[in-house]
Amino acid sequence: MSTTETGNSSTTESAVSGLDYEETQLTLAPPGGSRSELERKRGFSEGVDLSLETKDFLSGSSDEPPKPQVVGWPPVRSFRRNVLKSCTYVKVAVDGTPYLRKVDLEAYAGYQQLLTALEEMFSCFTARTYPNVRRLVDPVNGTEYVPTYEDKDGDWMLIGDVPWKMFVASCKRLRLMKSSEFVDIGCITER
Amino acid sequence: MVRGFGGAAAFPDEVWELVFSFLAADADRNAVALVCRGWHRIERRSRRRVFVGNCYAVAPAAAVRRFPEVRAAAIKGKPHFADFNLVPTDWGGGAEAWVEAMAGGWPHLEELRLKRMVVSDDCLELIARSFKNFGVLSLVSCDGFSTAGLAAIAANCRNLRELDLHENEVEDNCLNWISHFPESFTSLVSLNIACLEGDMNTSVLECLISRCPNLKTLRLNHAMPLEKLVSLLQRAPQLVDLGTSKFSADHHPELLSKVESTFAGFKHLKSLSGIWEAGPAYLPAIYSVCESLTSLNLYYATIQSPELLKLVSECKNLQRLWVMDLIEDNGLIAVASSCKLLQELRVFPSDPYGVAPPISLTEHGLVAISAGCLMLHSVLYFCRQMTNAALLTIANNRPNLTCFRLCIIDPHTPDYISQEPLDAGFSAIVESCKDLRRLSLSGLLTDRVFKSIGASANRLEMLSVAFAGDSDVGLHYILSGCKNLRKLEIRDCPFGDKALLDNTSKLETMRSLWMSSCSVTLGACRQLAQKMPRLNVEVIDERRGRPLESWPDDFPIEKLYIYRTVAGPRSDTPPCVWTV
Repeated sequence: MSTTETGNSSTTESAVSGLDYEETQLTLAPPGGSRSELERKRGFSEGVDLSLETKDFLSGSSDEPPKPQVVGWPPVRSFRRNVLKSCTYVKVAVDGTPYLRKVDLEAYAGYQQLLTALEEMFSCFTARTYPNVRRLVDPVNGTEYVPTYEDKDGDWMLIGDVPWKMFVASCKRLRLMKSSEFVDIGCITER
Repeated sequence: MVRGFGGAAAFPDEVWELVFSFLAADADRNAVALVCRGWHRIERRSRRRVFVGNCYAVAPAAAVRRFPEVRAAAIKGKPHFADFNLVPTDWGGGAEAWVEAMAGGWPHLEELRLKRMVVSDDCLELIARSFKNFGVLSLVSCDGFSTAGLAAIAANCRNLRELDLHENEVEDNCLNWISHFPESFTSLVSLNIACLEGDMNTSVLECLISRCPNLKTLRLNHAMPLEKLVSLLQRAPQLVDLGTSKFSADHHPELLSKVESTFAGFKHLKSLSGIWEAGPAYLPAIYSVCESLTSLNLYYATIQSPELLKLVSECKNLQRLWVMDLIEDNGLIAVASSCKLLQELRVFPSDPYGVAPPISLTEHGLVAISAGCLMLHSVLYFCRQMTNAALLTIANNRPNLTCFRLCIIDPHTPDYISQEPLDAGFSAIVESCKDLRRLSLSGLLTDRVFKSIGASANRLEMLSVAFAGDSDVGLHYILSGCKNLRKLEIRDCPFGDKALLDNTSKLETMRSLWMSSCSVTLGACRQLAQKMPRLNVEVIDERRGRPLESWPDDFPIEKLYIYRTVAGPRSDTPPCVWTV
């Protein structure tokens, strides 16, 4: 199965003529997060795009080389694409803040991008990676937050255990839980 | 006294009109009009239905003038590839020119169907005010209007029977447009608002439905919660065609039994769609209607395989099934043994951009369907692998196929067992299926497949080609064969000038030709345009740059749209389109 030939004519023409697909593509901005970076990684973006399939969310890389995406291929009605997309907005709550935000999970290619977006959305955080768990840290008071989500069964789960697509399909809402609360539950020990 | 063949004067005009009224097909009426002046005159004055496959093929005023008594018109605008974002959004297809001409010349118009056109709110208002007996408005894949325009339709079309909005991009700026239907309005038979994004006022909708006893088709959008849907549907047990809204909610035994009893109350339901986000909790409530269903559209129901399998297995009388690839091979094998009356199958990709989705839908599913469903004639199938052997089997099983659209998701994918191109497989399809009218190719294909298609596909009317062929010869085979070809759309193939210039007259026998990311140069377009004055040769190029006149002949064309027309070059081309 050739991956390199995909969209060759589009890319060649793009290089030859200086055609900038990004300039002409229609885009929707995800709420809050930085725009151009994320949009280029969106599976639905129109234009030649390197969509990163993250199999291992910690390393942020996949085993296969990224597949260039071709405009209008496969021939799925753009109307249908948009409509199916609209089901994946979820609320994001942060312990201690009075307001919630909403993110479109379909806008991200993997856990890495999602957490980056959350960092930017609640701009006080910086990310810190522990061997098994990603945490977000508020540099002002050093409080750590652990990203969790509520799944279809109503259970609160730690982000990152299941493949990304499975997560997107089952996630109903996100919650950045204070690390102290998380440790109390006894499901993690610091290493 | 009968004068002889074509002696129109032998009978009064009314007699011929009556005779012609038995000719339903436009092609037959067109043939009649060519016999003699008398018949031409009689036919044109009695034609009631007009179909314009390309809105730029004829000037609106000319169409209205020629057929003064039209009651129903259907018009199409943008090329098919606009569905996949290959056509610039400002390309054209505006409906104003047509609506204005019709408002002036066809005051008795009752039905208007527009597809892939840009329809403004002003257009909708003009429609609402101009046709006293307006009954049917169908907008498919259109854009440019808002719910304010729909409010105008609702308020003014006193005899509206059908409002069909199918997959349009509609701006939502008039929240209660449904309330613009007056209290006295009771004529609704069909309402399809599935494509609208916004919330509907349920009580207003309920009122409307309650006072329209003839309502047969109701397709709602996803916004309505299940509890409200149920109380609405209890007002319309006579429905034949239902598109539900969201079909999931928190589990409540009371709600579940309400849903069950509502569905049990549908004694005439034949067609079911919608079922957005169906959860396993409420899906079984549908089982009571399954046996009577002839059409089931599960495109929006992201149900997984076991529930899906159970559902479709109950639908013994299904003729049309649209479903996601979540059904998997096992599900299709079940369909093949349960749904013996199946005529049309469409399987869509749930994850078209994924690299390796864990979906077990392969060529085996389609082969099983082709073996088990003897009446199958129309297929649209997205999958990731195929073999020549499978295609051969399908061709042998189902020589009655009229529409075969196969999309192997990765371009240039060969037969995954033999690594050969899929030429042999598709050749078998066209050689076996003598009535094939529509074909979409995919996978690794050489010029050989086009030789077979050109030679064998005598009834083929529409062909879609992508990432296929080796050279110009491929295109030449198609253009020099395929006697009945009307629409040809090609992308990313190494087809160029020679094939086009060797087959110029063929292009006038077709409605249109689309070519993008191929190897056509501007020089060939210039030659073609010069040789064929009744073709519009539109060069589409979205790169900003110098005007067309200054480009050299060897300039490579990005996108090309050629169509026959008696209206000359159009006057509404945007900056990115040049008529050569």
